[in-house]
Amino acid sequence: MRKKLAITGNEAVAYAMKQINPDVVAAYPITPATEIVQIFSQYVADGEVNTEFVAVESEHSAMSATIGASAAGSRAMTATSSQGLALMFEMLYIASALRLPIVMPEVNRSLSAPINIHADHSDTMGARDCGWLQIYCENSQEAYDSLIQAVRIAEESLLPIMVTIDGFIISHAMEAVDTFDNKEVQNFIGKYKPAHPLLDIKHPITIGAIDFNDYYFEHKRSQIEAMNNVEPVILKINEEFKKSFGRGYGLFEEYMMQDAETAIVVIGSTAGTAKVAVDNLRKQGKKVGLLRLRVFRPFPAEKLSKALSHLKAVAVLDRSTGMNAYAGPVCTEVASSLYTHSDLPASQQAGKKPKILNYIYGLGGRDIFVEDIQKVYVDLENVAKGEKTEKLINYIGVRE
Amino acid sequence: MSDEKKGWKELPIGAILEAGTAKNYKTGDWRHIRPIWNKEKCIQCLRCWIYCPDSSIIIKDGKVDGIDLDHCKGCGICAAECPVKPVKAITMVSEKEIK
Repeated sequence: MRKKLAITGNEAVAYAMKQINPDVVAAYPITPATEIVQIFSQYVADGEVNTEFVAVESEHSAMSATIGASAAGSRAMTATSSQGLALMFEMLYIASALRLPIVMPEVNRSLSAPINIHADHSDTMGARDCGWLQIYCENSQEAYDSLIQAVRIAEESLLPIMVTIDGFIISHAMEAVDTFDNKEVQNFIGKYKPAHPLLDIKHPITIGAIDFNDYYFEHKRSQIEAMNNVEPVILKINEEFKKSFGRGYGLFEEYMMQDAETAIVVIGSTAGTAKVAVDNLRKQGKKVGLLRLRVFRPFPAEKLSKALSHLKAVAVLDRSTGMNAYAGPVCTEVASSLYTHSDLPASQQAGKKPKILNYIYGLGGRDIFVEDIQKVYVDLENVAKGEKTEKLINYIGVRE
Repeated sequence: MSDEKKGWKELPIGAILEAGTAKNYKTGDWRHIRPIWNKEKCIQCLRCWIYCPDSSIIIKDGKVDGIDLDHCKGCGICAAECPVKPVKAITMVSEKEIK
């Protein structure tokens, strides 16, 4: 039966995991993701799932055990956050290069030092080039839905996927979440048919063999191609999801973008706050829009640049810092995509690209308010009018 | 050589190989000292076979029959474990001397 539940982000994720009913979950607790596996282990203890639960001694082991389980031929999941993801780092690359369709909820939290348990995107942005797919969710409902979609996306593309929610802001906040019937979820994800299970003793294989300078490059090239081919898979599965459940999500969400002259690009829960800012400014007749980037890997460069290229000015909000990279990670990629993709022929492109501003905000869980975002739109308006930009990188909410 | 190598489109997904490929990978040329087995002195205790980390002691009808020099890396564990006295049935000799 479909039920509307009042649950937190972590509860929504654990509930989705219960309905997915994976064969193996290996996990280690870490704030603010602890509840996900804590609640899930209760489902295991109560016999509500058939999952083999492995309580490991670290996140490195959690990912290792999940890799082993997935390679053996089971549907395997884990969950983590922050330092936990950092400790998994070397194993993340192994999971993706072995093309294991592991699904991992990740609760976004800052990285030490200084020690901090609150939301920012430093953790998953640090893992953005490890060959995992990344979906950033705005709220609990999207996390629940995305996790169910993620099983299909991973298994069809043979790539691991992390589905993220902002620590505490989503993970611990209670919202109404529409949930599906167990059977509906099972029907949607289908029975898992592993591509090359190690436990198929009639077809013995070697995985993880050494690969020197004569073949390593070719294997990496093949892995890149797999990432390149995921975009249509995500969109196709989303269409099926829409048909079954009446809701869906694209690679990114466009809010009031049609006639917008300036826009903010943002990922995660801050999009909710930014939509209020857009609504307020629209009431004043300002032509402002919002683009919420949802799928960061694969990076939808072409579609994204098409959606932004008509604007006069764009502000990209980054909840992590590149530490003297050209800009924050989201801004760097958005700016790059605008530079290399355009509907216009090269001869007409000069001066036609939108001006770009980058705003670093919310590090270590620092709150961002509607007024902060409205101020960004004021900056954008001035830049659109031709005012010179002093700096590419700006900071919201940090004391001077 | 490079003509025989596969392009990336031909490779199996996830760098999967058939099982048992280590057998085709000759690691014997890493060796700088070589075990020399003396059939007359050998008491067939099979300790070298138990301890060899590279499965390079060749066994025929339950008895030591030689050393697989294609895979022996020359670690010398077989010689160290050989209990025969006063001169062991396996001794390590520098590859340089042999050449």
